[in-house]
Amino acid sequence: MSPDMKITKAAAAGTMESSDVYVEIQPAGQISVQIESVVFQQFGRQIDQAVRQVLEEHGVTGASVSLNDKGAVECVIRARVETALKRAEGGEN
Amino acid sequence: MRRSMLFMPGNNAGMLLNADILGADAVILDLEDAVSPAEKDAARILVRNAIKTLHYQCQVCVRINSIDTEFWKRDLEEILPLQPDLIMPPKISSAQDVLTVDAYMTELEQKLGLEAGKAKLIPLIETALGVENAFAIAGSCPRVTAMLLGGEDLTADLQCKRTKEGQEIFYSRSRIVVAARAAGVDCYDTPFTDVNDDEGLRKDAAFAKALGFTGKSAISPRHVADINAAFSPTMADIEYAEEVMETIRLAKEQGKGVVSLRGKMIDAPIVTRARQVLEMAEAMGVRIHE
Repeated sequence: MSPDMKITKAAAAGTMESSDVYVEIQPAGQISVQIESVVFQQFGRQIDQAVRQVLEEHGVTGASVSLNDKGAVECVIRARVETALKRAEGGEN
Repeated sequence: MRRSMLFMPGNNAGMLLNADILGADAVILDLEDAVSPAEKDAARILVRNAIKTLHYQCQVCVRINSIDTEFWKRDLEEILPLQPDLIMPPKISSAQDVLTVDAYMTELEQKLGLEAGKAKLIPLIETALGVENAFAIAGSCPRVTAMLLGGEDLTADLQCKRTKEGQEIFYSRSRIVVAARAAGVDCYDTPFTDVNDDEGLRKDAAFAKALGFTGKSAISPRHVADINAAFSPTMADIEYAEEVMETIRLAKEQGKGVVSLRGKMIDAPIVTRARQVLEMAEAMGVRIHE
């Protein structure tokens, strides 16, 4: 895990398939999280919390994150956000 | 007990979620052929999180990318800390290929404070050179616990057509079985790739079992039940094995040197096979008579 990751470019990860989530990240001055989910009523708060946790673990203080969730479980959401973050930093792959 | 090993694409969230409810004894979470180069990063993070969180009840094997790519070390760095049961390196053609993977796994284990040698290896043999070197590969290091034959890439390397009947891989199948058994490791057959031919699958699995394979890999969840059935002893096998053991026990009690059962002499290989059948039955949860 890289401390204080800086988001330098727009990036995305995930898919729109069932049980997955499509995550888009853009550079921003502060954290903002937008969630569109088929299970928003039931799990919106938990999804928001999971996304913010991943951002915090990577030391991200500025990013605009939007999710299009198709019923992904938490470990999938966390994986896709982490992948998008690393791509937005220009690090992974 | 590993009869069936089911390949699951590593970047498919839905399939990873359902991986261990499909009846396979082991799942092979694939970071190689099932994942496009642009998604290698996403797949290894997704597979890592899945193993960490989903607590699969079946054995977990991760197929990493081959050692001639830029990806395999990153795959191990991400996956090895989760201590999966098995790592499958593809396109293994020599003992040195295995030792290259083993050395990096050992380096990571030391660096991360992981138990040394816990994650085992199932080299994927899918080149002509790999088949030629199968015995050396099987015995190359203590991590190697089995080998898996990959018929599709192999036939491309052999420059022949892959057919449903599989005559073109008969020699390679036999060679892998002999090499694995000689080295004391298990061996797994190539998947049957026609998902709509159940009868063809059953024939192919029965043939692999007859050759001596431990089990068979699958690319479709639909194939798991038939593979498990083909590599499981039948109730008749189990009953016969019990009779063999009982006959031997009585013979010992009566001080007889040579005994027969159903008109056939019971010798050491028959007893060995009977023991194997009963061990398998016990692993399957079949109740053995006391």
